[in-house]
Amino acid sequence: MANSTLSNETVYSKLKEKFGEAISESQEPFDLLTVEVSLNEIHNVIEWLKNEPLLQINYLTLIGGIHYPENTGRELGVTYHLHSLIHNFRIRLKTLLSIENPTIPTITDLYVGANWMERETFDFYGVIFSGHPNLIRVLNEETMDYFPMRKEFRLEDGTREDKDDRFFGR
Amino acid sequence: MGKVTFDSNVETINGEGFQLTRLDKVIGAARSNSMWPLPFATSCCGIEFMATMGSNYDVSRFGMERMSFSPRQADLLIVAGTISKKLAPILKQVYEQMAEPKWVLSVGACASSGGIFDTYSVLQGIDRVIPVDVYVPGCPPRPEQIIDGIMNIHKMVKNESLRRRHSDEYKKMLQTYNIESDGK
Repeated sequence: MANSTLSNETVYSKLKEKFGEAISESQEPFDLLTVEVSLNEIHNVIEWLKNEPLLQINYLTLIGGIHYPENTGRELGVTYHLHSLIHNFRIRLKTLLSIENPTIPTITDLYVGANWMERETFDFYGVIFSGHPNLIRVLNEETMDYFPMRKEFRLEDGTREDKDDRFFGR
Repeated sequence: MGKVTFDSNVETINGEGFQLTRLDKVIGAARSNSMWPLPFATSCCGIEFMATMGSNYDVSRFGMERMSFSPRQADLLIVAGTISKKLAPILKQVYEQMAEPKWVLSVGACASSGGIFDTYSVLQGIDRVIPVDVYVPGCPPRPEQIIDGIMNIHKMVKNESLRRRHSDEYKKMLQTYNIESDGK
């Protein structure tokens, strides 16, 4: 990363050294170090990155979700973007979960700001963050009974009446 | 007998020392020329509405000098912008808090039909939760169009029977929206 005092190679080798098998598949799209972390170790990895004196990757930029319907057994993904304000270094961590049991430990004990981000990921993808203090919908209406960003659901509103094909020549 | 004239569209008979007219016409004229609108503006239509309120277009020419930001004093609800499904109950509550007689102006494609936001989170037209009197098309509509919508509201207000809000038909209409009438 430009103007960073850490290099992707350094951070990756340190992670690999510490967590070994739990770190798989690294990529560097746009020079942004992206590693896949196993579900069991994700909380430990984020905690270690935050507290390791040489890295100090201590700012949570974003938590996001994704759905890969064809990726059987690993359909749902949770992505963490972390930033080191000391080293101007950015890293992306990915974890894949089964849609049957999409449970992942919360990181609200490490970053208070994760609270609403995890609620949002729950709201749209149904990922359950175990240990979260208040895991309820944050953006959608409370009565919504599905997770709208999962691919099996239509994006469009099903109740719309003016989209009759006869009026559009379709 | 006096001469029949029209003063601001109210039919009157004016003679020396007296003036005859219909009470409902006078009340209608008074109401229409002194509306207190409640702007419920959520997006770009709200910006156009601000221009409509500003000095260039100036809705105060039509007796709408003062915007009412309390629904309890307002008699015209101007909904300008996208209403998400989560906001729908709040919009309905605002409408219910307004006292009769009340009118609703739906400004722009989103408020009228959901507009381009054909998506799971957006209410596909405010007429799914509250009754609407006049729809203004456009994305967003120009201030002239909004003023035209207001003129149409004025026409309705001027010509509305004083008994309309007590009629069974009106109460039935409110019931289709699950809104209780004032119980008159």
